[in-house]
Amino acid sequence: MKISTVLSTKGANVITIRPEQSVREVIALFLQYNIGALVVVDAAGAVAGLIAERDIVRGLARAPDILAQPVSAVMARDVIAVSPQDDVVSVMQTMTEKRLRHLPVLEQDQLTGIISIGDIIKIQLDEYQGEVETLETQITEG
Amino acid sequence: MTQLVRVALLGSGPAAFYAAEHLFRQVGLNLEVDMFDRLPTPFGLVRGGVAPDHPKIKAVTKLYDHIAADPRFRFYGNVDFGAHLTLADLRAHYHQIIYCTGAQTDRRLGIPGEGLRGSHPATEFVAWYNGHPDYAHLQFDLTQERAAVIGVGNVAIDVARMLCRTPEELGTTDIADYALEALSHSRIKEVYLIGRRGPLQAAFSNPEIKEVGEMADAEPIILPDEAELDDLSRAALATSADRADQKKVEILQGYARRPPTGQARRLHIRFLASPTEIIGNEAGQVTTLRLVKNVLVATEGGSLNAKTTDQLEELPVGLVFRSVGYRGVPLPDVPFHDRWGVILNEQGRVLDPETKQPRVGEYCAGWIKRGPSGVIGTNKPDAAETAHHMLEDAAQGRLLQPVQPEAQCVIDLLRQRQPHYFTFADWQKLDEIEVARGHALGRPRVKFTSVTEMLAALGRA
Repeated sequence: MKISTVLSTKGANVITIRPEQSVREVIALFLQYNIGALVVVDAAGAVAGLIAERDIVRGLARAPDILAQPVSAVMARDVIAVSPQDDVVSVMQTMTEKRLRHLPVLEQDQLTGIISIGDIIKIQLDEYQGEVETLETQITEG
Repeated sequence: MTQLVRVALLGSGPAAFYAAEHLFRQVGLNLEVDMFDRLPTPFGLVRGGVAPDHPKIKAVTKLYDHIAADPRFRFYGNVDFGAHLTLADLRAHYHQIIYCTGAQTDRRLGIPGEGLRGSHPATEFVAWYNGHPDYAHLQFDLTQERAAVIGVGNVAIDVARMLCRTPEELGTTDIADYALEALSHSRIKEVYLIGRRGPLQAAFSNPEIKEVGEMADAEPIILPDEAELDDLSRAALATSADRADQKKVEILQGYARRPPTGQARRLHIRFLASPTEIIGNEAGQVTTLRLVKNVLVATEGGSLNAKTTDQLEELPVGLVFRSVGYRGVPLPDVPFHDRWGVILNEQGRVLDPETKQPRVGEYCAGWIKRGPSGVIGTNKPDAAETAHHMLEDAAQGRLLQPVQPEAQCVIDLLRQRQPHYFTFADWQKLDEIEVARGHALGRPRVKFTSVTEMLAALGRA
């Protein structure tokens, strides 16, 4: 199974934020869209970083006035990006090993989506449930 | 009485039936489901895709029969969305619409020679041997002795296996009669399955790969050095939590060690090779497949991808079947995400391409929603997700406002537009006849393979 399968039911909208916007705006977007991370995109549309709930928690511990600070002060800059053609299982392994909860998806350097560990777990769960369902049907109806 | 919610379902494959099942389970909802299919017969790829020698998998239709027996269910076959019914028609008669039209076309390889005579999409061969009325007229040159199947997924392996089976093996299945006849005279001796990556990355599942070792007069052949894992794959396997991966590699390496037994047909499974060109003779007939050897490299995300080398190989073959992925076909007036080959959707709610907001009353499920992945049962959680959102929207009153929501209006419209529509009772009669015809020959059924034939069988010609 490919990452494109995960993206195909997530709509075509990727919520992004600019590095100079404030952390307060990040939180507002988290609540509005019920998400836990945003891809940070610069004026040219290139991925500049990723800002997640944990980055904000870490920032708060450091400086309580973080809400007024720009995203660039808090975001993670070394971002691992995946491709729609990557295998879900390999990406799951990478996320687990490197303790990453969100990854941007790039296609020919263009941002095309973001996936969370929750998306990956859901799709794996559906796959296992599907296999069990198929086997059960073969036993009971076959 | 609660409000009546009439649902139109386009397509009658697994996703469509699981969606109907989920909707019917809701108590306290006054709901009706009308299912439409382009073909007179229901069940989508269970009838037209699953290989004839896999009867156990087809038994799932018994479950769908239970769903169809619900008094709130109606089936209208031989009705084409676009030709007989438009989106405007559906909006005039239904509160909700679900598209479950699957992934009907294949991905192309994008290499020179793909259009030569003898080069086919695997999907067409599959539809042909399964008696799909749209493909029954196709011809495949089975006088050739060597064939290549590009891809190592379950469809690729189905095609390879069907080419390797003996007439006796095929003769106990529900394969289309004409295909049984053609394959019984096949001169194919060598079949090559070509995988871009290594044994660990091959998409076929273990029962399928085990099965090719148990054919009556054909044997799997794997080159020992191609069965060996490269360092990256070995490391990935060592950390993999999936025992099936370990097993898959064991089975394949077992085949590589097996001395040839001299059976009539050989199924060669090749790894780490990509086709770069299909070469033909002056008559435009396929003669050779040019391959480039690959090595695996790791991506940032951890996948192992094929990278071509400069090592070329020419494989003489007279037939090529491509099976490198499937994609959905856009429906008239329905938003489509061209790159993914699916309907533009968020968890099954169809989205407006401009606003990226859900379109009222339109949904999708199955392969047209998530792309071609998983097994038949994977469509159950998929359809449940869509149905869940449909019920949520219905409870909030986010429904279409049909001007003629009465069931009879749809029947009147169909009588006008497509008088040769088939009901579920019609299908049950056809099914009975097919099974009876098969019984006499020791086969599960003998399929009708044209609409004219089906109409005649019902005395409606």
